[in-house]
Amino acid sequence: MDKDKIKKILERYPFVERENLIPILQDIQYEYGYLTEEAIKEVGNYLKLPSSKIYSVATFYSKFRFRPKGRFHIRLCRGTSCQIKGAANLEKKVYKLLNIENGETTGEGMFSLELVACMGACGLGPVMAVNEEYYTEITEDRLEEIVKGYKEIEDYI
Amino acid sequence: MATLKEDTNKDMLIQALLEGEIGELDHKDRETLARIKCDKITRPLIALSYNTASIIAGADKTYNAIRNYLEERDIDAFLKTIGSLGLTTIEPLMDVQLPGKARVTFSRVYPERVSDILDAVFNNFISEEYVLGQHPNDLHEPWESIPRIDELSFFQSQQRYILKNCGRIAPESIDEYIAHGGYRSFLMSIRNHTPEELCDLVEESRLRGRGGEGYPTGKKWKNTLNAPADKRFLICNAGESDPGAFMERMIMESDPHSLVESLGIASYAIGAQKAYIYLESEYEMASRRLQKAIDQARHYGLLGHDIFSSGFNLNIQLHQGAGAYVCGEETALIASLEGKRGMPRPKPPYPSHKGLHNNPTVVNNMETLLNVPVIVRHGPAWYKQTGTVKSSGTKVFSLSGKIERSGLVEVPMGTSLREVVYKIGGGLPDNKELKGLLIGGPAGGALTYENLDTPIDYEELKDKGCTLGSGAVVVMDEEGCILDTVKYYMHLLKKESCGKCIPCREGTRRMYEILENITQRPQEENGTFTLQRFKGVINLEKLAYVVRDTSLCGLGQRAANPILSTISAFREEYEEHIFERRCRAGVCQELSTFYIDVDKCTGCTICAQKCPTGAIVGSTKKPHFIVQERCIGCGICYESCKFGAIVRK
Repeated sequence: MDKDKIKKILERYPFVERENLIPILQDIQYEYGYLTEEAIKEVGNYLKLPSSKIYSVATFYSKFRFRPKGRFHIRLCRGTSCQIKGAANLEKKVYKLLNIENGETTGEGMFSLELVACMGACGLGPVMAVNEEYYTEITEDRLEEIVKGYKEIEDYI
Repeated sequence: MATLKEDTNKDMLIQALLEGEIGELDHKDRETLARIKCDKITRPLIALSYNTASIIAGADKTYNAIRNYLEERDIDAFLKTIGSLGLTTIEPLMDVQLPGKARVTFSRVYPERVSDILDAVFNNFISEEYVLGQHPNDLHEPWESIPRIDELSFFQSQQRYILKNCGRIAPESIDEYIAHGGYRSFLMSIRNHTPEELCDLVEESRLRGRGGEGYPTGKKWKNTLNAPADKRFLICNAGESDPGAFMERMIMESDPHSLVESLGIASYAIGAQKAYIYLESEYEMASRRLQKAIDQARHYGLLGHDIFSSGFNLNIQLHQGAGAYVCGEETALIASLEGKRGMPRPKPPYPSHKGLHNNPTVVNNMETLLNVPVIVRHGPAWYKQTGTVKSSGTKVFSLSGKIERSGLVEVPMGTSLREVVYKIGGGLPDNKELKGLLIGGPAGGALTYENLDTPIDYEELKDKGCTLGSGAVVVMDEEGCILDTVKYYMHLLKKESCGKCIPCREGTRRMYEILENITQRPQEENGTFTLQRFKGVINLEKLAYVVRDTSLCGLGQRAANPILSTISAFREEYEEHIFERRCRAGVCQELSTFYIDVDKCTGCTICAQKCPTGAIVGSTKKPHFIVQERCIGCGICYESCKFGAIVRK
């Protein structure tokens, strides 16, 4: 992790105000995919806040990650509409196939799973996305197919 | 994406705005205005609906297909992107308008259908297979035998004040918004009204907060305006946080300028010079379009310093949330904006006296604010004509779940939910029967089929144990299990409880445990376990009341709502789960019993090997049996059987 990049992010916020904490953390996460220990310390130095305070804020919000994303980041919609259409079983299926839960990454760094509150396509549920590719009206079988497809890509590389 | 060239029409549009009436413009300007509004076009116009829902449905590919089609055939047409018309199930939608002809909307425009549809349209023929309807008006010649879009049952009962521009104009063009009458209310407000007058106007209109309890907006504004301070703030809560509500995201993606205008009026009315829009971090497209709208408005002099020489200054800042359901509560939202953990604090003092950085602050729901330009434009007397006596205006819903047409719906207050579900939503697919309606998200409530005639109104819904809440209406059919849904909500609330006050932190956890016990088969049949289970069942309702009455903020106070509103209405189902250990919908898998169909079983022994408790017995190549006493209902055998020999009941 290079410090210059973090510095550049911090320069976007010229005022040392606590108000900027969450936006700064979001920018860092956008850049790196997750929050590293060093990044939290750097932000602390800049905003003159103890790292523990920053960590307490970052852990409160569900969007911050502390582990890197996998090569294929799976986002699964867990909105009410998708729940009624059977998304709970899909979550179990992902666990069965990849042995990961929300926020986790597989050992070799291939897949990671994120449960999303609502993806905004309730009419087409259950919805899931792998990186930027969207899949609608997913069933357990289709989920298995999709995951298999990505596994093959990975093997090929 | 292609949008209109900016700046070229800036001066003319600003003049049109200031003049107030378009009639004062000269012929050339009027022509330009008609061109921007797409009333008069010289070349064919193709408008693709481009928003989160349509992208998920594949709008990106459709866009490329249209562009390739036009390039290949060398057709000079104008291709632009618009917001969502509100019909999310049949996206991607595409509008085509030929010069002099009415605009036609096509549904489910997948890439492979593009050439068929466009070939036909350019030959003056419309294939009925893909068409949704036409938008007729006096200026254009209508198509024959194509249904009018406003006569479709989805649109017929709707009254669209807030959604009027959605899916009609290009969200990334301020020119189009102004040409369609936008920013006129804002200019009227800052030039002709004092802040006090505006507060009076809104109070007179009886506009109530759309977020939950329905507090009168005018009163809230007045409290803030009258609080002594040098600085005041306006915060617009545009983060739905409720999984299942998508209307705010859709509106921001489809008509971001209307929100900017609303914030302008509200900020002026409460004397705020800075306004914040709080939205979810997943709303990438919404925040991009909003930021663009804010930049455009600033460029046109509608935001910034001394707006149109009125002496009023305003800056709008976007703030992306980081995922916390509790931030829907106003004091938690303020804490989050200050860069702290989003935890609520006791009230009073109310935010209207001590809010953001200890200054008077108004926190309004986004839909509430969107009503304000309508009120300013048409006056409170006109506004009050819509809706009921106590709840005026319209309400926007996001309709989803097991329903034929899900999407954005705006109906006058007082409309019955039956009309929303059956007329607008087109009923349930495959003629299934409706079991319940989940209204207002996790902290909302549930309505039964018998209560479907309840009019949409704050008080009427409260009587039934529901709140309007987020405005999400999720339809459930017989295949859904009420307990499973309540458990799902409780899981969410348990996870999202901030942990500050004990009733909510512990109460949601205990309620979840009790529900889990009900929906699971007992692990062991000894006395203590059964006793614990029954103790939980007996205390569930009592616990729910305690959590409701003693929690600090709205999240805790309403956390028991899903239980309280379903425990009476769906008592039978609760009892079935508790006493008979049966889930009639078959959703609670742990409760179902498994049998082996002797005729189908080949004796491959896979299920016996996989069974974690060794409940399946039998010898190779002979039918197996399940020992019910040992079965824990995990369903592994059901999934592993290749011959479909395991039956679930």
